[in-house]
Amino acid sequence: MKKLKISKTLKDNILTYGIVILAYLIMQILIGTGNVSSLMQGLLVPLCVYVILAVSLNLTVGILGELSLGHAGFMCVGAFTGAFFSKCMQDVISISLLRFILAIVIGAVAAGIIGFLIGMPVLRLRGDYLAIVTLAFGEIIKNIINVLYIGKDSRGFHFSLKDSLSLGLEEGGTVIINGAQGITGTPKDATFTMGILLIILTLIIVLNLIHSRDGRAIMSIRDNLIAAESVGINITKYKLMAFSISAALAGVAGVLYAHNLSSLMATPKNFGYNMSIMILVFVVLGGIGNIRGSIISAVILTLLPELLRGLSNYRMLIYSIILIAMMLFNWSPKFIHLREKYSLKRLFRKNREVQ
Amino acid sequence: MKKFKKVMSLLLVAAMIALVGCGNSNGSEQTENTDNAASTETAGDAAAEENAPTQAADGEVFKIGAIGPSTGSAAVYGLAVQNGADLAIKEINEAGGINGTLIEYNFQDDECDNEKSVNAYNTLKDWGMQMLVGTTTSGCCIAVAAESANDNMFQITPSGSSVDIINNNDNVYQVCFTDPNQGVGAAQYIGENAVAQKVAVIYDSSDVYSSGIYEKFVQESANQSFEIVSAEAFTADNKTDFSVQLQKAKDAGAELVFLPIYYTEASLILTQANAMDFAPKFFGCDGLDGILNVENFDTALAEGVMLLTPFAADAEDEATKSFVSAYVAAYGDTPNQFAADAYDAVYILKAAIEKSGAVPSDSVSDLCEKLKGAMGEITVDGLTGEAMSWDSDGAVNKAPKAMEIVNGNYALIQ
Repeated sequence: MKKLKISKTLKDNILTYGIVILAYLIMQILIGTGNVSSLMQGLLVPLCVYVILAVSLNLTVGILGELSLGHAGFMCVGAFTGAFFSKCMQDVISISLLRFILAIVIGAVAAGIIGFLIGMPVLRLRGDYLAIVTLAFGEIIKNIINVLYIGKDSRGFHFSLKDSLSLGLEEGGTVIINGAQGITGTPKDATFTMGILLIILTLIIVLNLIHSRDGRAIMSIRDNLIAAESVGINITKYKLMAFSISAALAGVAGVLYAHNLSSLMATPKNFGYNMSIMILVFVVLGGIGNIRGSIISAVILTLLPELLRGLSNYRMLIYSIILIAMMLFNWSPKFIHLREKYSLKRLFRKNREVQ
Repeated sequence: MKKFKKVMSLLLVAAMIALVGCGNSNGSEQTENTDNAASTETAGDAAAEENAPTQAADGEVFKIGAIGPSTGSAAVYGLAVQNGADLAIKEINEAGGINGTLIEYNFQDDECDNEKSVNAYNTLKDWGMQMLVGTTTSGCCIAVAAESANDNMFQITPSGSSVDIINNNDNVYQVCFTDPNQGVGAAQYIGENAVAQKVAVIYDSSDVYSSGIYEKFVQESANQSFEIVSAEAFTADNKTDFSVQLQKAKDAGAELVFLPIYYTEASLILTQANAMDFAPKFFGCDGLDGILNVENFDTALAEGVMLLTPFAADAEDEATKSFVSAYVAAYGDTPNQFAADAYDAVYILKAAIEKSGAVPSDSVSDLCEKLKGAMGEITVDGLTGEAMSWDSDGAVNKAPKAMEIVNGNYALIQ
């Protein structure tokens, strides 16, 4: 019995990695044979970004069982620290791969630290309260970055919270983070291969965590806090662990995002609560706690608005209708019942029984 | 039950397909915004027109793409660009096209999001775009310009005013002034004409356009005779109450309040200033154009407001009049500066193509090289400026126009 269970998890994990690798191989073959439109090629890196975001949020929402609405804030931290590093080091480190890997490490560490700091006071709250506070933190991060001015000249770095004039830069100094105008001219280092590698890295971290001793401790907190506490599980430690790992992975996604576009701004559109909720939608649609589901739903929901471009101005309307329909189809009890009644599996089994 | 479900699902699928079909044909009628399948349809329509020259029949057309936000909070600007460019292209096609070649037009929505804007650009590339009129907003334009520079695709932005758009991208040209130009222009105008001695500024620090103008305005003010007594910012998240900013300006004894912002917020500022008996002179940039059309806004409050704008819908010259009447007839809305910029952008493209003798069969990169050569040589008289010309860096040279609102109308200050 025990052996069977292990092999089931293993099979599950192999399937998850397999899907990602297969998708990568198929895309590479298609690109190689020239069958991919430039729209699709442009979408590959964003897809990786959203998959990483969905998987990392699933760690907080699905495994830790806490509703976090500040995920875009951590992504924002990662994006800006990563882009800041690349911008500063553009002339110093000429190997783009090395620079990008360093940027990812820095972005992940920065987002992880912020996640840790925010997590300490915030994780004392539960449920709706936690959701509201994380939402507020996400907005605070975005707004701080919007008033942050950092410039560089021969005397070193200059900071300001007012405007770029008060940086007092020398002649020839450059403004790196220009408040609401953000960072422009980030080197375009992100590639699809790099994105896939980061997805696999994220999966390895998250899946191994889930199936480890720590992961089981985290899940026990989700399932019953009091019972977990009574058997001596360090609640604060495990909550913070899950929360900061999730934040750090969001930071990785942010770095990838920042290095795919040449201009990075913290607008309500990309790092506001809309984005946080969008990521939550990926997680909920894919199934809370279901890593593979998060990957698939992130891909589908990111592709959908682009594939609907043919409908011009109606596409956002159709997009929301499809979203509602998909949610109902996946999660409405009536539909679940219907699906079970007419599922292919069941039909096949019936046929077999008849034979 | 099973049969019922099958029938139902068939019906639903049929309904979906019908819906998709509807969406498509509506879209192409309204905006000529077409996907691959529908674009051939429009080409067919165009070819069927009376004046259509023979080339159009064998598919030789210039494919011009445009990008802007047609959904979301900035939709008003994107739609203006969409319609402005559409109007110009229709006029050109009716008159026989550019050197006898018709234009095909495709507009894509970017929701005012950098990432979506690059997606829109890639969509247009798949469609076969040869030149880009766009994008509408500065932030998106920086992201797209990096892509178009990679592909060496000719790009002319009607309203992307940031300097970063044209820096290092020699394939990108602007129709509007750059933000620094506007800030410097406004400061010089106020200083040279001695409009006021004490100036207060209220600007949107979360907006690239507004903070860009503000910074250059402050820099230039050091060389001018007036003094900035207060500079207060607001952000996109709290742009309904300006009493604090106005009170500070009032306490500092400002004679003039400079508003490098868009007209929606400006209308609120004017109303609130009136409520607190604060009556300085107000001075704005091109974002203020449109203030007279704000709903429920008492236009008497805007009396005496001065603005530097390249275009005013109430101007009396022949070109503006015919543009406004054609625009109103086609889209049922008074055009703003964005529409005029887009309209000019298309005619600038036309002038550049005619000058360079480019033909549709040129590759995207060849076309770009030819047009780049021609841009330095042409001068265009458009709605947004007379004798517009371009340097190799892509910034436009034209004289700014100062307008004052008199009796509910824009009047040119000589």
